[in-house]
Amino acid sequence: MKSLGKFIIFIGQLFVRREAFATYVTRVVDESIKVGFNSVFIVAIVSAFIGAVTTVQTAYNLVSPLIPDSTIAWVVRDMTLLELAPTITAIVYAGKVGSNIAGELGTMRITEQIDALEVMGINATSYLVFPKILASVLMFPVLVILSAFISIYSGYLTSLATGVISGTDYLIGIQIEFIPFTVVFAMIKAIVYGFLVAAISAYQGFFTRGGALEVGQSSTSAVTNSCIAVLAADFLLAYLLAPLLTA
Amino acid sequence: MIEVSNISKSFSDKKVLHEINMLFEKGKTNMIIGASGTGKSVLLKCIVGLIKPDNGDVSYDNREFTRADKELQTEIRREMGMLFQGGALFDSQTVEQNVMFPLDVLTKQSPEEKLERVNFCLERVGLENVNKKMPSEISGGMKKRVGIARAIVTRPNYLFCDEPNSGLDPQTAIKIDNLIKDITDEYNITTVVVSHDMNSVLEIGDKVNFMHEGHVLWSGTKDEIGDSDVKELNQFVFAGRLMKVVKDKI
Repeated sequence: MKSLGKFIIFIGQLFVRREAFATYVTRVVDESIKVGFNSVFIVAIVSAFIGAVTTVQTAYNLVSPLIPDSTIAWVVRDMTLLELAPTITAIVYAGKVGSNIAGELGTMRITEQIDALEVMGINATSYLVFPKILASVLMFPVLVILSAFISIYSGYLTSLATGVISGTDYLIGIQIEFIPFTVVFAMIKAIVYGFLVAAISAYQGFFTRGGALEVGQSSTSAVTNSCIAVLAADFLLAYLLAPLLTA
Repeated sequence: MIEVSNISKSFSDKKVLHEINMLFEKGKTNMIIGASGTGKSVLLKCIVGLIKPDNGDVSYDNREFTRADKELQTEIRREMGMLFQGGALFDSQTVEQNVMFPLDVLTKQSPEEKLERVNFCLERVGLENVNKKMPSEISGGMKKRVGIARAIVTRPNYLFCDEPNSGLDPQTAIKIDNLIKDITDEYNITTVVVSHDMNSVLEIGDKVNFMHEGHVLWSGTKDEIGDSDVKELNQFVFAGRLMKVVKDKI
């Protein structure tokens, strides 16, 4: 509870004693490149394999003359949009970006760079952390859209390459009973996950005490805690929003 | 002028500062000396507001700082410059960007004005042709100089230096000490230096405060140190072989 209270105060600090707006524009652009553009490669690789594996495994589990082949693509589409693209990408994102944020802020803390900012009269929380969280909230949904596209397209290429279903069935399947709210649902998840990963990792890094060993521990805690928070939020959002898919 | 009144600080059940009172005068190099672990750095952090003391207050030219609201604290902090023990330069920025940083964030000067001021400050600390270098590409002594340049770039009224010559060779240490002294005299600012280096004390200390186990045991000028009858101060001052030789000769 003490940590939760400290975390809430930490988040509150983001919005007080801010610097000039222009300062944040540059910082947010820089951070967006770091958390977004630099994560494209790993997200693309992971998504491509997720799409391929989901297609193959679903195909081998839906072997029945009563189930049309296009159902496989339907399952791949909904699994990707609702769960795999946002959540698995968030886990990968926590590993790459979360550890980076915690490591960077932790190192800045132990080398007194954060103290230097405070002595200059700059709100270090707002200056350093706010752009990271905003960049993450803006860029993670873009990564999720990319991930969903690559994953579904990878499923299509896999179906062509392996022949588990025909390309035509796949294209028909991904259009069956499409509910546009699925995409909205994925975007809500993406925004929440983007915030959680950046905020938790920043919190872990910002309050690092000690030396290099503790910076490593902060990075590990950042990834672990972010993953737990993402999974808990996944359950909560599914519980709250899934009924809207059928409404 | 900076006035420290009855500052106390404990961590868990360990009291590291006991009702500290000090006065740092304008235009002078005020030193806080003592052995490692006596609370010098904690006191400095209480003075600049990085650590909140349990009791007591610090005032800057009669403006209460410790219990002041955030706006006044920020206003006073923007009149401070600080040199950290390790330099605390921003790793991802060049030397020029590091020195320009306070101007970028805190002022609305044009790029030309900022660059002119940065070049002036770098020249003032004896650094030229290093503008585009990264902190990892320069030596420890140069990092300290860049740290001083960054500290003075906003023309502060108060300059704080935490162990300014630790990790430096004696010649470079003397250069850094003299630079701090010259800047204090030139800009007529209040400078506070934390150190455990007796060479520094004898080189630049206008006013010296000796701390031992969280207490201030002695205050005076550097010339009065030799006359002190405080046992702990004498043990600290004459701990080194060289100083013992000096003492014997005296």
